[in-house]
Amino acid sequence: MLRSRDISSHEILDMYMQRISDHDTSLNCYITLNKDAALKKSIQADRLIESGDPLPLTGIPYAGKDIFCTQGVKTTCGSKMLENFIPPYDATVISNLNNQGAILMGKTNMDEFAMGSSNETSYFGPVHNPWDLARSPGGSSGGSAVAVAAGLAPIALGTDTGGSIRQPAAFTGITGLKPSYGRCSRYGMIAFASSLDQAGILALTAEDTAILLESLAGFDPLDSTSVETTVPKYSQSLNASIEGKVVGIPKEFFDEGLDAESEQLFFEAIKVYESLGVQFKDISLPHLSLSVPTYYVVAPAECSSNLARYDGIRYGYRHDETDDLDDFYLTNRQIGFGAEVKRRIITGTYVLSTGYYDAYYLKAQKVRQLISKDFKQAFQDIDAVMGPTTQTPAFKIGEKIDDPVTMYMNDIYTISANLAGLPAISHPCGFVQNLPFGLQIIAPHFAEAELLNLTHLFQQETDWHQKQPPDLNKV
Amino acid sequence: MEWEVVIGLEIHAQLACKSKIFSGSSTNFGIEQNTQASLIDLGYPGVLPVLNREAVVMAIKFGLAVNAQIAERSIFARKNYFYPDLPKGYQISQYELPIVFNGSLEIQDQNGSQKRIGITRAHLEEDAGKSIHDKFKQETAIDLNRAGTPLLEIVSEPEMSSPKEAIAYMQKIHQIVKYLKICDGNMQEGSFRCDANVSLRLKGTKKLGTRTEIKNLNSFKFVEKAIAYEVVRQKELLDEGKEIIQETRLYDSDLNETRTMRTKEEENDYRYFPDPDLLPLEIDPSMIEQIRSQLPELFEAKVLRYVNDYGIKENDAIEIANTIELACYFEEVASVFNGNNQLVASWLLTELLSVLNKEGVSIDEFSVSPKSFAKLLQRITDGTISGKIAKDVFASMVHEKKEVDFIIQSKGLEQISDMSEIEAIIVEVLQAFPNQLQEYLEGKEKILSFFVGQVMQRTKGRANPTLVNEILKEKIKK
Repeated sequence: MLRSRDISSHEILDMYMQRISDHDTSLNCYITLNKDAALKKSIQADRLIESGDPLPLTGIPYAGKDIFCTQGVKTTCGSKMLENFIPPYDATVISNLNNQGAILMGKTNMDEFAMGSSNETSYFGPVHNPWDLARSPGGSSGGSAVAVAAGLAPIALGTDTGGSIRQPAAFTGITGLKPSYGRCSRYGMIAFASSLDQAGILALTAEDTAILLESLAGFDPLDSTSVETTVPKYSQSLNASIEGKVVGIPKEFFDEGLDAESEQLFFEAIKVYESLGVQFKDISLPHLSLSVPTYYVVAPAECSSNLARYDGIRYGYRHDETDDLDDFYLTNRQIGFGAEVKRRIITGTYVLSTGYYDAYYLKAQKVRQLISKDFKQAFQDIDAVMGPTTQTPAFKIGEKIDDPVTMYMNDIYTISANLAGLPAISHPCGFVQNLPFGLQIIAPHFAEAELLNLTHLFQQETDWHQKQPPDLNKV
Repeated sequence: MEWEVVIGLEIHAQLACKSKIFSGSSTNFGIEQNTQASLIDLGYPGVLPVLNREAVVMAIKFGLAVNAQIAERSIFARKNYFYPDLPKGYQISQYELPIVFNGSLEIQDQNGSQKRIGITRAHLEEDAGKSIHDKFKQETAIDLNRAGTPLLEIVSEPEMSSPKEAIAYMQKIHQIVKYLKICDGNMQEGSFRCDANVSLRLKGTKKLGTRTEIKNLNSFKFVEKAIAYEVVRQKELLDEGKEIIQETRLYDSDLNETRTMRTKEEENDYRYFPDPDLLPLEIDPSMIEQIRSQLPELFEAKVLRYVNDYGIKENDAIEIANTIELACYFEEVASVFNGNNQLVASWLLTELLSVLNKEGVSIDEFSVSPKSFAKLLQRITDGTISGKIAKDVFASMVHEKKEVDFIIQSKGLEQISDMSEIEAIIVEVLQAFPNQLQEYLEGKEKILSFFVGQVMQRTKGRANPTLVNEILKEKIKK
């Protein structure tokens, strides 16, 4: 529409800004809007489009999770600690999109430092699910998910450490892709658990996701863990035939935690794939049940170290009156961090301590290897793994926040992909009690194209992804 | 009871890289505070480290020079602790798998015989910033220019048994890193510093005693004094039947004593774990071989070459080669000097060193170039000036910054080798001192040097001393 000049970038941006002002008071998905700068860029974009020489993303607005550093634009990471932090630089993924002409509209709400599965740990208040405002949109990329689901942004960036893109995508009825570890640069993405964190996309369709990923992904000399492989033209392989593809369904995904209605929905969705020629196979990933405890050793260990830099000395929250150096550290961190962040820092400090390192951290690393091996073995016979993204649809705000272990179990289906560094996608596959439900696909390393191809063809056959939340004016 | 001293050293050598170990900032010393710290050095949210390959090459060079093994795969780890000059709240170092391990070198022990000292490991790490406590009243200032500076920490086996041996080992390491040009060795600026682990055990026993660690010693003298103090302190305690407390101590050079800094209980639990931001460091054997083939000539080879090719005394060769800057100067002089190189060596070790000492400058800053120095020595060998006059000329070169030939000519210092001229002066002298001549003729031969002195006085030292002696004897005989 932009290219054919039916509508200008400026008009698109205005429309989204209007929707934000109409609905975000109740949804709370933005922390900071980048209105003036975005407006200026959209006018420039329209000129460029008029001149007939636009870049691939010229004039397309997007929302960025508030975990990505944005030069001159406040980046809070959902925390009081960084309430007033204005980064002097752009994260690589942000500049990748900006360099292709995309326009940052604003920064979205999230669980504090991406630690949470409900968006309730945000210092800036919870995000509400547009399908039922009393419910959580999931987390930690809840703000990005809701912005896309409710039409407050056409597309958004998120990060996924244990399911933080896929679970909120599932809860809000949109498509969420976590690329392979190393596919996108982590430079400028505020670290939670470095060996698991990966930037990704929340969008309405696999097609939008594919187009954005082409600009987002790629090797970055500033991130030693990013991988030097070429970025395929994802949008060109979306319609490739999937006939004869073999997909594994791990029996471990179908445990007592999965509710019956959800299970039934999943198997109905499978039929769509079968009609497209996909063959299904029962498989087993024997160490999958250990993924949650493994994750809750590795991730806190890394976070306890990653978050040590927030001491109030160079930036971030600093309390005015403290007695001495110890008191300075204690007070700044006590007030600057919320309960869940502190819980994980303490857990992480514990598992790395002398005398516990072998029993926890080292053991968890070994289990992590086993989980990776399970997948590796499985992928010898299959092209992808499928299962439900979550055990249930969106839960109520306040329902689980006081019970961390129940909350942690939310990510039981998504965490293994992070531990193994694999790409995974969640796409809507129907509704359970009028709430969207997601189907997850996991593929071998750097097989994002496979995920997008499968999802795109599914979305050609179904309209779950086109459903819009009630009570919001149509986009 | 007789106690045996056991010393192990941890030396921190700042690698002479152009940029920091995990960021592109410069490593210059003495720049305005906090102007050489990038977002990475400041530990900003979201930034990531990228390893500087130059530091890796330098670590490998060191490993090869001490016959150590180079790890084909080594791991960077985080050492976690809170301190205001540690921006990330952790230091990136190497813990379980260091890049260099199992090396050794030879020193001379007290009896002058060779002793092998094992080098357990050498690992790469980043330096912290600096806390400045004395600049502002009641406040501590932080300078992060040094944060992220590449360091090589070289850990010895506990195999030295006296302060002298510890110094010998430290000097050897100092010499090696300077030969390899991987560290400027500047101890005042902290580019080369050391922690000493000291313990005592009953002579003849194997089990190590409880050790104390003396932190941050930044001169050879302090290392020696601090260890010597610590040995006496521990000996006194043990002789009284008391126990040594395992602790970290600080050396106070003003009072020449060590003091408790923190006890073992107060030590941080560093919670080391592999840094997930950095991949394991993998080194290809071909890279090691390539570096090996480009290693510079080291001390032992240099001494051998000086003796064999330049024909200088071994002791002189050792003394010159001990300091790489002196060795470079020597080689430059010798390359243009035409004559006996022993003269170069002798002049270097006596005249030149004493001038440097007096002027308080290092040889790098010395105003007389090797070429000019060679010219001076050339004028001795070609008979233009005597060795004695040459010393005066040298002094003029240093102070007046003029060239050799200009000084000789303008001051009329050329040696008098004209036989008839010398003869005339000798006749004059013999006539002036008939009594002394009589004494000489009666057998008091020592008087000869008196006549030589008189001739020299009259020629202002310019008379060719060999000729003076010859002609004098001849004339007296007549």
